[in-house]
Amino acid sequence: MNVVVCVKQIPDPATPYKLEEGTSWLIRPEDQVLDDTDRYGVEMGLQLAQESEGTVTLVSMGPTGNAQGIRQALAMGADRAIMIEDDGLRGSDALTTARVLAAAISSEAFDLVITGTESTDGYSGVVPQMIAELLGAPALTYATKVEVGDGVVTIHRQTAAGYDVVTSSTPAVVSVTAGVVEPRYPTFKGIMDAKKKPIENKTMSDLGVENRLAQEVAKITNAPEREAGRRIEDEGDAHTEIVALLEDRKVI
Amino acid sequence: MATVWVFVEETEGVPTPLSLEVLTGARKLGDVTALYLGSGSQEAMATVGEHGATKVLQMETGDRLPAGPVAAALANKAGEDSPDLILFGQNYTDRDVAGRLSARLGVGVLSNASAVRLVDGRVETDHEIFGGNQIATATCAESPFIVVVRPKSFTAEPMGGAAPTVETLDLPDTGSSEATVLESHVEEREGPQLGEASIVISGGRGLGSAEAYELIERAAKPLGAATGATRAIVDAGWVPYAKQVGQTGKTVKPDIYIAAGISGAMQHLVGMKDAGTIIAINKDPDAPIFSVADLGIVGDVHKVLPKLIEALESR
Repeated sequence: MNVVVCVKQIPDPATPYKLEEGTSWLIRPEDQVLDDTDRYGVEMGLQLAQESEGTVTLVSMGPTGNAQGIRQALAMGADRAIMIEDDGLRGSDALTTARVLAAAISSEAFDLVITGTESTDGYSGVVPQMIAELLGAPALTYATKVEVGDGVVTIHRQTAAGYDVVTSSTPAVVSVTAGVVEPRYPTFKGIMDAKKKPIENKTMSDLGVENRLAQEVAKITNAPEREAGRRIEDEGDAHTEIVALLEDRKVI
Repeated sequence: MATVWVFVEETEGVPTPLSLEVLTGARKLGDVTALYLGSGSQEAMATVGEHGATKVLQMETGDRLPAGPVAAALANKAGEDSPDLILFGQNYTDRDVAGRLSARLGVGVLSNASAVRLVDGRVETDHEIFGGNQIATATCAESPFIVVVRPKSFTAEPMGGAAPTVETLDLPDTGSSEATVLESHVEEREGPQLGEASIVISGGRGLGSAEAYELIERAAKPLGAATGATRAIVDAGWVPYAKQVGQTGKTVKPDIYIAAGISGAMQHLVGMKDAGTIIAINKDPDAPIFSVADLGIVGDVHKVLPKLIEALESR
């Protein structure tokens, strides 16, 4: 079974994010990391492909930079990567992103497309469903468990009340939640091998997709700040302060 | 007057609280049609009417996963009715339908909105960024405007509207896009739901291990609180995704929020900073959570929580 995993390089979440003057687009440094939530999709893809001796292809949109984020996913064991980078894609919204990814995916032979639920830097949370619609495929979303067999994929889909067991034929798009599988850490050999794995670059014109730029940020304003209150050091009786505050708020 | 569609989901036979919030926000923007997914009892329809819908388009999906057929039906209907604005709540099926509908109609989605306005033929939405420290105002002229609204952006309020007119919307066959729901499992849960609880207690990395999450559950019980978690410990597999509070999880707005062993990453703050009173317990005096806490306790959760539990249980 051949799996395509959509992944994203993002600015390190441990560093402060900055917006470009004028456009308010997120500034993306040369050094970006693999979005942590993508590790679950990569791991899921690797496990499913390994069962059937298939391949795992990464598809990603955004500035390649030094590609260290993509190499992280290749080091886990993915076979190759397709990176779509184009200055014309700056400021693209979820729909343009989905069109780009779907166009790149459609030139691949795939049984399953795996994505995260939402990226950490953009978090629109609608790209997997858009990709599915554009590919004419089912979207099995918010998966906490995934099983594939004989042209059929079955997942546990997170719901507000618990989970649903949902099934469809393949090809299909599956978005996974954190914790669907335990992601592996790259081995030293994996990291060395990743340096030699192919990264294919594509542009908007290769894919025939345009950037609509239909949405813009009109302004950025400061939110009303919440004042910090009292801070105390626990010397063995800090819990009484909590109890007193809860009493004051009349909840106990 | 603008025509506003609001996607309404059902839970246990009634509209979800989030759906009622969005209906309440929508009625200030125009004439509201509810896109009702579910069996829709008369009582449920009356509730939808009370919250501002004058018309209902009702859809029942049976064992079909809703997003594909619902988006197809709505895209067809949008061609006939030309709605100006289509609103969704930030929830599971809502986002699935919004995404597929956007791709079908070829118009974008504004996600994670905390406010929606119609201004001079454009839609204007507010989005909390950087943990809610700043607000980005976005605009879009591509209609129909599809907007996904974060929970707790509006307060659900009935206004005494009449029962709406109800029309059934048939769902087309979507061929290769079909998926089937085989079973639904309701997970046993004790106490109130995270999104609606008046007290929430959440745990983070500072708990040190999955086993220590039990402290959160024990403290929640005497308070009648719901239990939540940070993304870090959800990612670590300590607790299920359904408990995640934050940007990529649930937004909560309880009267009391207790953050135990939570540093206060932006990702988490945006999901809880609008709580009435915030109490934080953390070992690190420089933890960002203290900058939003009404009561900050610099201390070890493993020492403070057991004493708190004992004090609460003995009351």
